[in-house]
Amino acid sequence: MAMSDAALEQALERWVDHGRRTVTRSIFVDEELYQLEQERVFARCWLFIGHESQISKPGDYFVSRMGEESVIMTRDRQGEVHVFLNSCMHRGMRVCRYDEGNTPIFSCPYHGWSYALDGSLVGVPYFKEAYRSELNKSEWGLVEVAQIANYKGTIWATWDKAAPNFQEYMGHMLFYMDDLLDGRDGTPGGSEAYGGVQKWITPTNWKSAAENRAGDFYHGISHRSVDLVGIGPSAGKGRRDGQGETLSFNSLLDYGHAMMGSLQLGDAPWTPALQSNKVAAEWAEHCYYERKKNYGNRARVLGSGGNAFPNFSFWCRQPRRIFMLHPAGEALKSEFWSWFLVDANAPQEVKDLMRHYSLRYSGPAGMTEQDDMENWNHAAKASRGVIASRQPYNYQMGMHSMEDHPDLPGKIVFGMGEQNQFGMYAFWADLMASRDWDEVMARRQSRGSLP
Amino acid sequence: MTTEQQQSAMAAMVRHHEIEQFLYYEASLYDERRFLEWVDLLADDVRYFMPLIRNVKFGEHEREETREMEELNWIDEGKDTLAGRIQQILTGVHWAEEPLSRIVHSISNVQVVEDRGDEVDVKCNFVTYRNRVETETDLFVGRREDTLRMVDGSWKIARRKVILAQNVLMAKNLTLLL
Ligand code: FES
Ligand SMILES: [Fe+2]
Repeated sequence: MAMSDAALEQALERWVDHGRRTVTRSIFVDEELYQLEQERVFARCWLFIGHESQISKPGDYFVSRMGEESVIMTRDRQGEVHVFLNSCMHRGMRVCRYDEGNTPIFSCPYHGWSYALDGSLVGVPYFKEAYRSELNKSEWGLVEVAQIANYKGTIWATWDKAAPNFQEYMGHMLFYMDDLLDGRDGTPGGSEAYGGVQKWITPTNWKSAAENRAGDFYHGISHRSVDLVGIGPSAGKGRRDGQGETLSFNSLLDYGHAMMGSLQLGDAPWTPALQSNKVAAEWAEHCYYERKKNYGNRARVLGSGGNAFPNFSFWCRQPRRIFMLHPAGEALKSEFWSWFLVDANAPQEVKDLMRHYSLRYSGPAGMTEQDDMENWNHAAKASRGVIASRQPYNYQMGMHSMEDHPDLPGKIVFGMGEQNQFGMYAFWADLMASRDWDEVMARRQSRGSLP
Repeated sequence: MTTEQQQSAMAAMVRHHEIEQFLYYEASLYDERRFLEWVDLLADDVRYFMPLIRNVKFGEHEREETREMEELNWIDEGKDTLAGRIQQILTGVHWAEEPLSRIVHSISNVQVVEDRGDEVDVKCNFVTYRNRVETETDLFVGRREDTLRMVDGSWKIARRKVILAQNVLMAKNLTLLL
């Protein structure tokens, strides 16, 4: 970055303006900021890598991404999960060019260095003749992440050993993510990912998608066409099943995480769901009452979508989905990856119904998400001009109505609001202004920490 | 060549011509935005399947395509949803197709693989061009495996498998049927 750290810090105060609640367009379109983000956001934060069910057996691997960079997630002989940079330590060749599979060893196509499932360098051609046996192999294993965590089947990692541990970093976001990862009946964990990951390029900045998932209850008009047609899981009605009488809420959490959901009112009787199939409908009703038993009062909180900072966006119920927003080499280029989850022990009818529904809802061919991609694409493009970039984006909606609520962690706005999105940028700015995690923590504290 | 052989070669050519003309006609209905007429070419029990394509090790190519009715795909559906996609375009507020894209399907390498009389399996290649708004352009290239069925005197599409030759989809969305 051409700018000094002091100048950058000052600029960030203007760019993400807490007084006016505006955010400059340059953070979406500027290439130097994009580069700095790779270092200060993606090399620093906890990132989602994949689902445990994708590597169920020893020797299984799945090639994922952390920011722009390719990584390999493996399960070694002892059953332990590892995540490595997918780049050979000799000349940087991409060690694995398959998407997934099972292997005893990763052998580099260039000169043949080979690495075990735990990343250690185990084979070097002409080790005796060329290296005179002098190479210290133990120093040249694949670069492994600094911290790794498994939360209810989802694998996470960070490159930064100074980053707060996973539990601390996620905090109360885990309360909301449970509605994605727990069984529909409220038993802990137990989800599996359908085979295959949808991957596609969209010419937009990753944050345009992240902020949409962080709290945009406002963009119903985007999806008017699909609402008119109807694609829901109950004989195609609407976009999703109803949830009875509820109050929508936005929750802003620590470390830039944000969640949208619905709070049920009254004793909330069962509202029919998954009506397209009898077995699925009965299962959904059964799960509804079991969930009430298992969750107690907390069952009133129904997750919609959210974004675990920086780029793990998800949708808890309909569809039930992980949506990774990877930066892809320039400010206006993202690579989106999409997984869909289902209870591993759900009846086949449920798996079929939800898979069909998810495919017609989400992803590039999804009748809902096509319109999101169009908006993110053209909003970003139209924000790049000299005149356009003088005008910041406005995040003033609901700015004076934040409250605490006994049943909902985070700072809450009921109905529509934009404190979630703004809060995400506030944390982003703190990260971008800081040289290391100590500095991030100091800034976070001086702003007054969130619950 | 015997007269009999000549006759059967002639019959195969006529058949090939008939099938090829149907595929061209179908593409032109779509490209000319005669969308409802296009929907009428779908058999009631049509299946439209477009798998994801994985990079897999040599010898493991049975895992290259994601499985129909089981794994994630780009598209895996029947007539209701296909017709819904067309209805969505016709709402006039489907922003990803408003204004409408300019779409050109080019169909080539047509091969009748199996002719069962009132059902025909046919393979072809496609090069489909989408241009929209000002300069946005995408090219979708791949292979198709179709089954056509004769219903009340006209051909209908009973099954279509679209194998798009891409791993990471290079387009932001798939608002069109290939
Ligand atoms: S680059 Fe991998 S062995 Fe040389
Ligand atoms: Fe949306």
